[in-house]
Amino acid sequence: MASNFVRGFCAAVVALALSAPAALAQKAGGTMRIYHRDNLPSGSIHEEATISTVSPFMAVFNNLVVYDQQQKLNSPETIVPELAESWAWDSSKTKLTFKLRQGVKWHDGKPFTAKDVACTWNKLTGKDKDDFRKNPRAIWWHNLKEVTVNGDHDVTFNLNRPQPSFLSLFASGYSPVYPCHVSTKDMRTNPIGTGPFKFVEFKRGESVTFARNPDYWKKGHPYLDGIEWKVIENRSTRILAFVAGEFDMTFSADVTVPLLKDVTSQAPKAICELAPTYVSTNLIINPKAPPFNEAKIRKAVALTLDRKAYIDILSGGKANIAGVMLPPPEGLWGMPPEELQKLPGYAADVEKSRAEARQIMEGLGYSDAKPLKVKVSTRNIAIYRDPAVILIDQMKKIHIDGELEVIDTSIWHAKVTRGEFAVGLNLTGVAVDDPDVNLYENYACDSERNLTQYCNKEVDALIDKQSQETDFAKRKQLVWQIEHKLAEDLARPIIMYDRAATCWQPHLKGFVLHANSIYNNWRLDDVWLDK
Amino acid sequence: MGAYLIRRLLLMLVTLFGMSILIFVMLRLVPGNITDIIFDSAGFVNPAAKKKIERQLGLDQPIVTQYVSWISGLARGDLGYAYVSEKPAIDEILPRIPVTAKLAVLALAFSVLFGVPLGVISAVRQNTSLDYALRVLSLSGLSLPSFWLGLLILMAFVHWFGWIPIYKSNTGSFWHDMALLSIPAAAVGFRSSALVMRLTRSSMLEVMRQDYIRTARAKGASDVAVNYDHALRNAVLPVVTIIGIEAAFLIGGLIVTETVFNIPGVARFLVEAIRWRDYPIVQNLVMFIAIVVVVVNFIVDMLYVVLDPRIKYEE
Repeated sequence: MASNFVRGFCAAVVALALSAPAALAQKAGGTMRIYHRDNLPSGSIHEEATISTVSPFMAVFNNLVVYDQQQKLNSPETIVPELAESWAWDSSKTKLTFKLRQGVKWHDGKPFTAKDVACTWNKLTGKDKDDFRKNPRAIWWHNLKEVTVNGDHDVTFNLNRPQPSFLSLFASGYSPVYPCHVSTKDMRTNPIGTGPFKFVEFKRGESVTFARNPDYWKKGHPYLDGIEWKVIENRSTRILAFVAGEFDMTFSADVTVPLLKDVTSQAPKAICELAPTYVSTNLIINPKAPPFNEAKIRKAVALTLDRKAYIDILSGGKANIAGVMLPPPEGLWGMPPEELQKLPGYAADVEKSRAEARQIMEGLGYSDAKPLKVKVSTRNIAIYRDPAVILIDQMKKIHIDGELEVIDTSIWHAKVTRGEFAVGLNLTGVAVDDPDVNLYENYACDSERNLTQYCNKEVDALIDKQSQETDFAKRKQLVWQIEHKLAEDLARPIIMYDRAATCWQPHLKGFVLHANSIYNNWRLDDVWLDK
Repeated sequence: MGAYLIRRLLLMLVTLFGMSILIFVMLRLVPGNITDIIFDSAGFVNPAAKKKIERQLGLDQPIVTQYVSWISGLARGDLGYAYVSEKPAIDEILPRIPVTAKLAVLALAFSVLFGVPLGVISAVRQNTSLDYALRVLSLSGLSLPSFWLGLLILMAFVHWFGWIPIYKSNTGSFWHDMALLSIPAAAVGFRSSALVMRLTRSSMLEVMRQDYIRTARAKGASDVAVNYDHALRNAVLPVVTIIGIEAAFLIGGLIVTETVFNIPGVARFLVEAIRWRDYPIVQNLVMFIAIVVVVVNFIVDMLYVVLDPRIKYEE
């Protein structure tokens, strides 16, 4: 008994000795300076679908639960409590109850209660009078029947059917809790949260500043006095500014593979991590627009894709060939290379596929002398234009003469939504590495963000089926089955999942770059400056 | 002169009225509108929600009603609300004007202080090695794109001093502000001074061949008196015209410099507002720039009278 006590005591001392230096080493104070790549549209995370908003403003808010900011991989196992102290499913797996943290205050001093949680999700499901101007992730919550408040600190989400991954949706940076007493309009311009930093000022085109929340519920956090995001639209200027030490950190995934060599040579002490962005480069084909209403032509286009060429040219060979889901090792649900090759249009022998594609085109009466002329539409941004040019080159090999149609970036989605394109090159970001997010958002019949308006009831049924499956391995098999269907139907063929680097100065500590999402690790309450 | 002034002021008002119609109509002819753009950051467009926003912003009103509403607001000093930031447009525009004004004044000072004397020297020392050197310098000033020059300057600073001279909003003092702005001002002013220098040189060369210059020299006037009192004064009219045009350009045309040096000025803001189809910002800013151009032109015309007493604006 005594020896057990001594052993336990020694173990405790060793554990304390190992953990203490890390805990004591954190320094409080200082303002973190980080650059922003463009002018952010608003401060309301729920109304936007861009990293431009979520990365600066995530620090203002808290979620019910969040992906562990100190773990690289987002997975159901890395979900940790935030405004919810605990959660539990009922036996039917259709009621998820959260016990909420007590004593939490909004930045304006008002208390946080279960009513705020209900309000937020009522807005997201269109049940609140003061609804969101835009609601890009409404589809995430399509299975939510209602939210019931069981007192000030207890709230239940009632689902129409079981959805095991439902909790993962709450863990994203895109799922903050909003205050009931602040209008959606004010949340766009002057957001109030419970998070580690209070919003101070947003100077359009110039900067966004945040100050430490002294009443933050997580005692001792945040370490920083504030965060200053400075907008620098010119990439050369902002990279030079980082190299000159003007900033502690670059914008998320702003350093491309070619730029990474410059940064590491000019700022050798900077820490740069190359990670998947979970943003896919994909082909959008409008099946209603002639000549692509002809299924054979759509198939021929898919067969001419040489994904490796895109990856070698655009990312120096670092990006990944992928299906709909992010491939391993970072992606939890994607197919490994040997499985991918089984998908239609993914064969390793590209020349053989192209010969087949040429045969199809020649069968339809096209040849080098009489090519099919099409416009390849894309957004007027380099990351869209560059792959579009490669696409035109690859289509030329199967008697398709593509002409690049560059669309003003501000009206890209409007044109695509109206179906004013035949074939286009698009980029799609995924916030949570879970099939429910990616599949419902981009391929379900009734999703507003299903840009090509692809609709296959059989696929919809499979998406619902995988969504209800509790066994990980079985669910993965269903997801791969869906991947096959989507590849056969040429529903937004994925060309690649890109990789890009985020860099920070060595004195910036406590930041962990997530490897399977760029949207979920901006709480910054563990970050400190070793200056 | 009084009648001329009144006529001139009326002409200015008519010009501005014409400009207001032009801006208003042209902006609405550009494809895409603010609601499309508001939705762009959400990655989709919902037609019903789009209509609702159009109603909220008054974009469903007839174009004439929208114009009257804007122009009557402008007359009352109410510039409306920016569509993107949802803040009063005046609060968005006003802080940017001093930034651009400081940059423009510095750039103009750079171009005049270097351009005019170097132009005179180049003319006086025509066909000497100094003239050739100055002409090469002025040609390079005209040929180097300012964004490239700006980037070179930034790279040089980072490489040699480990510091980047981009804009900072809280430098603490007016003089510190001016010192920081003098670097982009030099980048812009270099091109502008090259233009002024070449024009001064050619104008001086023409004047210096006039009889009255020979007479002045024959009377025993010093070189300085001949070059600056007699020749420059008569050669300066086209130079003043070009300085006026440059001054007007510098208020709205510094987009590249403001982008490279990350200066939150009027030009960059205007381009961004056009991109976002933020009508209240674009309309009011373009009107502001139009007013500056009209006023600068008026000042230039008045300067002609001061510089050349033979010019009289009379009936």
